[in-house]
Amino acid sequence: MSLQRSDVEKIAHLARLAVSEADVEAYAGELSGILDLVAQMDGADVEGVTPMAHPLDMPQRLRPDEVREADQRALFQSIAPLTQDGLYLVPKVIE
Amino acid sequence: MHTMTIAEMARGLRDGAFSSVDLVRAFLDRIERYNDGLNAYITVDAEAALAQAEAADARLRAGDATPLTGIPIAHKDIFCTRGVRTSCGSRMLDNFVAPYDATVVSHLARAGVVMLGKTNMDEFAMGSSNETSFYGPVRNPWDTDRVPGGSSGGSAAAVAARLAAAATGTDTGGSIRQPAALCGITGLKPTYGRVSRWGMIAFASSLDQGGPMTRSAEDAALMLAAMAGFDERDSTCVDRPVPDYAASLHDDITGLRIGLPKEYFGEGLESGVADSVEAALDEYRKLGADLVEISLPNSHLAVPTYYVVAPAECSSNLARYDGVRFGHRCDDPKDLEDLYKRSRAEGFGAEVKRRVMIGTYVLSAGYYDAYYLKAQKIRHLISDDFRRAFEQVDVIMGPTTPSPAFRLGEKKDDPVTMYLSDIYTIAVNLAGLPALSLPVAPAEGLPVGLQIIGDYFGEARLLNVAHRLQQATDWHRAAPGGFE
Repeated sequence: MSLQRSDVEKIAHLARLAVSEADVEAYAGELSGILDLVAQMDGADVEGVTPMAHPLDMPQRLRPDEVREADQRALFQSIAPLTQDGLYLVPKVIE
Repeated sequence: MHTMTIAEMARGLRDGAFSSVDLVRAFLDRIERYNDGLNAYITVDAEAALAQAEAADARLRAGDATPLTGIPIAHKDIFCTRGVRTSCGSRMLDNFVAPYDATVVSHLARAGVVMLGKTNMDEFAMGSSNETSFYGPVRNPWDTDRVPGGSSGGSAAAVAARLAAAATGTDTGGSIRQPAALCGITGLKPTYGRVSRWGMIAFASSLDQGGPMTRSAEDAALMLAAMAGFDERDSTCVDRPVPDYAASLHDDITGLRIGLPKEYFGEGLESGVADSVEAALDEYRKLGADLVEISLPNSHLAVPTYYVVAPAECSSNLARYDGVRFGHRCDDPKDLEDLYKRSRAEGFGAEVKRRVMIGTYVLSAGYYDAYYLKAQKIRHLISDDFRRAFEQVDVIMGPTTPSPAFRLGEKKDDPVTMYLSDIYTIAVNLAGLPALSLPVAPAEGLPVGLQIIGDYFGEARLLNVAHRLQQATDWHRAAPGGFE
């Protein structure tokens, strides 16, 4: 498996990671190496095997749909990079 | 005092031979003296530790103590600790002061432990050498030119160097057992769901599990008893009573059926490690166990499968680091996309970025069936191997790692070679089984770990089997030179 520069650029965009021009080549090599390792799965015969989503055979637990958490907005926003009037601030999205 | 086991410390505390404040001071002094050389701790909070020790002493005086009350431990910096920085070894969370305690942290606090500080780790638990930490590598106390293993490398080094009586760790592909093996301590990865993951920063949610890192199986039993248990805030935590792990430690193991997977003793295993494991197996023969060869035929598929499942889940879990609500935010973002992209590029290190990108790739449109779905199917094959093995045997044994601790820098620039250091530990996580590593005879002066794998919720049996070896031998008592 060999990833091209354009593949790396696409993946980086999907992952919302800025990758500098200079690093694209190195990532292409490293990620291709990892995918070569992953390609060892090709030999496995999985015909008729059910995928295992969870190690234990258990159903998802349910609970009543009721409010249990106390309001801790001030505490949670005290560690936020930028807030104002109880809101998280991001660059302008709508012109 | 620092050479005692938790059980011995607890006795001293109850008899009044020393106080928790004395004990905590002794460990803080050692941290002061040795941590610069090892880099095992990211954060030490002496003032808070002494306050907790005073509270523990009051509890001891009131006769309201548990076996862990007043015992000084360290938490891996992946567990959220209210009011204390929780970095996860990343620049992304260098400024993150957790607003709440992880369930593991609150369970242990309720038992009365004292937290000395937070230990160093591979960034977001992604690594096998502790070299991916934003805070620099941890050094192995047995040879400071070597790695302690990872990702719980700081916890392993701290316990081995007697800078904490015990520590917490997490294990996604071997991150408790591999550093335990490389640092000569006992480390237990419980059954998936045994210990709550709430407040434990997520890496790969279907594999992650917290557990104890200690100097003996007995200490691990005491720690696990406090850490384990149902937590409704973790939807995968299992509602099942926690056994009294200490009560069954001494059980007779005559007739115990031990399976030795031939795949774990083949090519790639260093001869020194093989000899040490063989010597430990001889001890089990003397203790009356029956050893039989077994086969786990899909073992070779574990590492490739893991490097689909773990990165896929990590790319999804780490999407939350967006520079908006907490963690690192880049300067002067020109728009929202720039904010996301640069905050993440600056906040994450190289290995985390590689795994996020691999995960993003295998989950991207058109590739899901070929990668993630196939990996989940192979996961079933791997867990079926174990299921069949446990129809024949009670526990499975083999080496924890193919070699002792490697040198700093040796594998750092070659991700795939690094990944293969977890070749014997990864299948256990894919299957969700419990497994423990305990120190056996060293190879050329470096620690070697014996891995014992149990059936689901077989922690009591694992601890019993490990404890019996530790009663018959003193490999686990060896301390690294200079840290006695």
